[in-house]
Order: sequence, then structure tokens, then C-alpha cells
Amino acid sequence: MDALGAMQAAIGLMVSFDPQFLQIVGLSLRVTLSAVLLAALIGLPLGAWLALSRFRGRSALIVLINGLMGLPPVVAGLFVFLLLSRSGPLGPLGLLFTPTAMVIAQTILVLPIVIALTRSTLDDLWQEYREHLTSLGLTGWRAVPTLLWDGRFALATGLLAGFGRASAEVGAVLIVGGNIANYTRTMTTTIALETSKGDLPLALGLGLVLMALTLAINAAGYAASRIGARFAG
Amino acid sequence: MHGMPSILPLDVSGLVLEREGRRLLDGVSFTLPRGGVTALIGPNGAGKSLTLRLCHGLIPPDGGRVSWAIGDGRIAGRPRHAMVFQRPVMLRRSVRANLLHALEALSFDRPAGRAAAALARFGLSDLAERPARLLSGGEQQRLAIARAWALEPDVMFLDEPSAHLDPGATRQIEQVIAALAAEGMTILMTSHDLGQVRRLADRVLFLHAGRLREDSPAERFFQAPDSPEARAFVAGDLLW
Repeated sequence: MDALGAMQAAIGLMVSFDPQFLQIVGLSLRVTLSAVLLAALIGLPLGAWLALSRFRGRSALIVLINGLMGLPPVVAGLFVFLLLSRSGPLGPLGLLFTPTAMVIAQTILVLPIVIALTRSTLDDLWQEYREHLTSLGLTGWRAVPTLLWDGRFALATGLLAGFGRASAEVGAVLIVGGNIANYTRTMTTTIALETSKGDLPLALGLGLVLMALTLAINAAGYAASRIGARFAG
Repeated sequence: MHGMPSILPLDVSGLVLEREGRRLLDGVSFTLPRGGVTALIGPNGAGKSLTLRLCHGLIPPDGGRVSWAIGDGRIAGRPRHAMVFQRPVMLRRSVRANLLHALEALSFDRPAGRAAAALARFGLSDLAERPARLLSGGEQQRLAIARAWALEPDVMFLDEPSAHLDPGATRQIEQVIAALAAEGMTILMTSHDLGQVRRLADRVLFLHAGRLREDSPAERFFQAPDSPEARAFVAGDLLW
């Protein structure tokens, strides 16, 4: 099949709301959004703690977390695979090759981004606000709500970056999800599989959706930083 | 304001602050009674801002003490002294939200009403919904003073309240300070602008190299300073 014909078939799949196509897009979004939500729930408090506390080894921890932002997805996948495989420590839960396993793997990919960005954002804000907040008796944990709210636009950009990283990766979900049809098949794993099988329309259609998603994420990130600039002055 | 319990007078005795082996404040003692504008002046690095921070409790002293007439400078659990910083700290929120944040941090009742009153009192009502960080320098300083005033302090510490304002905004801030003083607010402020000190202050504390060299009524300080350092400081200003 030539590229033009494949493109036409791909658009056909998209506008006809092909059930298989929608199922794949839906699962991808569900897995990635769950991972970002989980990463936010864990990462925002952890990042805040890292920003406000002083202890031995803090710098090393910051460097480690910054480094983990570049963790290769396949390595994260391998790690979760070992954890969840039958002989692994969490093997009895029977989570391997389920969407839950994919959420766990992607959470691990997004978490360092959320922690690192929260840490640096709140660090800067705390430097600037410290005396005023101390004057109001808002120190330690009592300062965190103020700092999170005033860092809201930068933090939103960080969550979007995390969403972008998770939705585009293929290695981690492929290893722990297993690419099982109608169950753990996401946009990226389907593209990899269908391209190697020669079924270009489905691969191309999903590729277009992924690109649109990436564009939308970037537009949202840009909007967040523009609105943020209005308040930050 | 009069007749109500007050944390004043403030009694500062023998304040010492050391950093990296250097003595930044060396036995600073003075008493701040109720009312009036007291200016803390001296060359750069004399320890003016540090003294304010120690009085406000932001830094613990290495020696000496800061004691209030009523325990801890608090009444009903709330600090009754407020500070305005040289660079006003503006939260990334609207003008009104900046006031609400401070009021809610100290658990004031009716925060919305108090915020509205502070906005009106300092002529900020029209700017209420604007992002605070987009205000001009003078407006930001006015908001910072309004935010401190809303917390109903007995004494306000102002650190260089017009250090980077243009002459027009400086005049406005001076009017605000004079009005507060006329209402009975006690003010302890630092300033490097001797003209401003002449216009506003009733009393001058002259700091030099971490020591309090002079504590005089403002008029006498400018006519006949006691210490040679103060004479040189005032003369330098006149010659410049």
C-alpha cells in the first residue's frame, strides 16, 4: 500500500470512530492520565518536602532525581517487570501484563519530572517569600499550600511535560503490558507492532492522534506559562 | 488604638548578632514607647535592617533580648507587630488575594471585610483584582503597608520604605506613613534618606558599625549631633 492510500485509510479509521481504534486511544489516555495523577499525588508533596528541608545528602538526592528524569523507558519497564514478574517481590499480586502494571511503569517515568520541577519551583518561591511567610507564621508545612498555589503555572507545565513523556513512550508499556490486543495495547505499542506487520493505516491514524495530542499538550503548556507570566509580572 | 492593651513599650537590650566571626550588632539597646515615628539611620552595613529583623523576631539574636510589655509581642495568639520589607514581597495573586492571604494566615474573622477596608483605606480599591506583581513600585509598597496594617499591629517596622521609588511615589508613601503615625500607629523605620527622616521622624537612632551611637529627638539630632560619627554623617549629607 502506498503512503497516500494509507493516509486516506487512516483518516477513514479516525472519522468512522472505528471501535478498535477508539479502544486503543482510550486505553492510552486512561493509563497515562492515571500515571500523571498518581505522580502528582506523590511528587508534589515529595518535591515540597525536598524544597523546604535541609539534611545531609539533600544535594545528592536532588542530583539523583534530576538524573532520573532521563531514565530510559525500557529500563523503567524492566524494573517494573522484575518487580511484578511471578518470581518478583510483587509477583503474587498478578499485575504483570495488565493496565495497572502500565500505570505503575509510567508513574515511575513521570515521578522524577514532577518531584524535580516542584522542588526547583518551590525552592525559588521560598527564597523570595521566606521572610514574609515567616512573618505570618507560615513556616515548614504551613508554607506549602501558599507555595504550591503561587507555583501553580510552573507546576502545571511540569505535569504537562510528564504527560508528554508518558504518552509518547513505548518501551515501558510494551514490557510490562505485553501489547495484548484489546487489553494492553496502547497507541505507541500498536504503531510499533502494526508498522512491522505492514498495516500502515492503523499505525498512521494512531500516529496522527499522538501528534495532535503532543501539539495540544504544548499549546496548553504555552498557555499556562503565558497566564502565569501575567500573574508573575 | 489608645486605651486598648498594647505590646508596647518594646525593650531592646544588649542585642548582639554575629556572622562568620564578625560582630554585626554589638550591644544595641533602646526602648520604643507607644506612638511616634522613630528612624533608625546610619551608613550601609551599620545593622539597621538587621535590628528591625531581630525586633520582628525573624532572626534570633546571639546575645541580648527583645522584650515586649505583653508576652512575646502577641495578644490572643496573634503577633501585634508587622514588618514591611525593603523589596515588598508580592504573592502571585491579585491585590485583594494578597490581603486575604495574610489575614487568613493569622486566622482573622471576616477576612473579606477587613481586606475591603484596607483596600479603601490605602486607595487600592480600584486595583483590587489586578495581579499584585504588575503594580508599579509605589503601588506595591502601598499594598505591602496596607497588608501589614490590616493585621492590626501596635507597631510597624518599615525597612527603607521608599528605597527604590521615584520622587512622586516616595512622597505618597511618606504621606501614608505620616497619616498612620497621626492615627497613633507606632513606627520604627530605617531610611538612608536624611530628608525623609527630617520630614517624618520624631526620634532618631543612629547606628554605626553595629553600635547604637546616638538616641535623640530628631530636631536635636540634626542641629547638634552628640557623636563625631553622627556629625560626620549629617555633614556628609549636607555637603552632598
